[in-house]
Amino acid sequence: MLELKNVSFSADGKEILKNINLVIEEGKFVVMTGPNGGGKSTLAKVIAGIEKPDSGQILLDGQDITDWSITKRANCGVSFAFQQPVRFKGVTVKDLIMLASGKNLSTAAACEYLSEVGLCAKDYIDREINGSLSGGELKRIEIATVMARKTKLTLFDEPEAGIDLWSFKNLIDVFEKMHTEIKGSILIISHQERILNIADQVVVISGGKIAQVGTKEEVLPGLFGVDLGCKFFKEA
Amino acid sequence: MFSDIIKNLLSEVAGVEGIPTIGAFNIRNNGKSAGRSSTETIQIIPKPDGTGIDIMIKPGTKNESVHIPALVTETDMHDVVYNDFHIGEGADVTIVAGCGIHNCGSGISQHDGIHRFFVGKDAKVKYVEKHIGEGDGNGQNIINPQTHIFAEENSYLEMDTVQLKGVDSTKRISTAKLGAGATVVIKEKIMTHGEQYAETSFDVELEGEGCSAKLISRSVARDSSKQLFRSKLCGNNACYGHSECDAIIMDNGIVAAEPEIIANNVDATLIHEAAIGKIAGEQLTKLMTLGLTEKEAEAQIINGFLK
Repeated sequence: MLELKNVSFSADGKEILKNINLVIEEGKFVVMTGPNGGGKSTLAKVIAGIEKPDSGQILLDGQDITDWSITKRANCGVSFAFQQPVRFKGVTVKDLIMLASGKNLSTAAACEYLSEVGLCAKDYIDREINGSLSGGELKRIEIATVMARKTKLTLFDEPEAGIDLWSFKNLIDVFEKMHTEIKGSILIISHQERILNIADQVVVISGGKIAQVGTKEEVLPGLFGVDLGCKFFKEA
Repeated sequence: MFSDIIKNLLSEVAGVEGIPTIGAFNIRNNGKSAGRSSTETIQIIPKPDGTGIDIMIKPGTKNESVHIPALVTETDMHDVVYNDFHIGEGADVTIVAGCGIHNCGSGISQHDGIHRFFVGKDAKVKYVEKHIGEGDGNGQNIINPQTHIFAEENSYLEMDTVQLKGVDSTKRISTAKLGAGATVVIKEKIMTHGEQYAETSFDVELEGEGCSAKLISRSVARDSSKQLFRSKLCGNNACYGHSECDAIIMDNGIVAAEPEIIANNVDATLIHEAAIGKIAGEQLTKLMTLGLTEKEAEAQIINGFLK
């Protein structure tokens, strides 16, 4: 369904992605993990069209989308939940969920998405997406907006960061529900073992390369063998 | 009967299709009265020297409204009007002013509305002011409004002022003097295009104990337009003052902010916040990942900002 062929990307003279080859099959729940700075977020941005690869090809359902804009990819079924959600003065939560769904939703329908991510809808639906919202609240709203899109490929960049007050189980329930109901492919960047544990496929990225791809049973036991990039860990 | 041009301007600036059906009103067109009505509690009285009107609102008047739109539909017209609002103790009213210019000629059409608000003790006022310019001539549309507020003890005045299109030049002067426990909130929204120029000046004297003022300006400067935001908050007692200037610049737009906060009393708390910049790239990217084009994303961000 999504295929990356020999994708490389560099910025400021530094190679960030080195000849990535990866296939994400239809309907699969894939978790991408690996040390910080290894290229995971960049790879997700390359898939969403936010960054353009220096070389290589990106295929969606067999179609070459390498030169497509962010907008065209979004309209053809690619969603992206940012690691650090963006704030907008004057744009309300309801506005953003409506834009995401691409249609005029009733307030009740928009509220359902908020309830799914554990936010009391009536307290949030008319709030502006500005500095008055905490990082955790923004993160949950970000997840609600991509849920409203119901696309065939959804990318999440570290969705667990900042939502410590909301139980992990709820977050996992959201992913599982999306997976079952939308039947699309989900690609999550995460370091969390509990998220890795529900993956159909685990991809380990390190140093801009794919270090390992396999089922969680194949990958997780050996995961600690990967250089986690922590100075103290290495010195210990 | 009003012409379509006048009806359209009235609808844009005052939200009425013609003669208002409720409350007191005064419609001014090209310097002359085009309709006036008082109610039992709100009297509109022309000034003896013909320079404007006095709006007398009786103490205790509740849930009533006054519409006083001013229109200029002739070119080479400079209309100056002095309107004084006397809001009685304990009243709670909505005042809708605003100015619409339709200039199809090559001369200057200008309206200078000088409004004074004497807000009585415990009174509450919502003041709505909208300015627009239109017309397919190449003459200039100029609106220079002045608002002077005298807020007595425990009174509350909220002013919403909007200018989003068609005004080539504006100098907006607002002053306020607040008594004990009084509150003044001014929300301004401005968008300038082309070669337009907009200047805003707030001068607030926080005189009484426990009074507070909040000035919020959001503006967008597009094309080669220029804006200047000046605010001066003077805390002369135990008081709270907050001014906020947020501006988005696009194309070759220029915005300058000159805030001034002066605490003349150790218990005065004064804050100023200003942010000027173009639309953040990540905001555009986020909306594009939801399927909007860059232009649609830009329009959505501006609409939200000025909503």
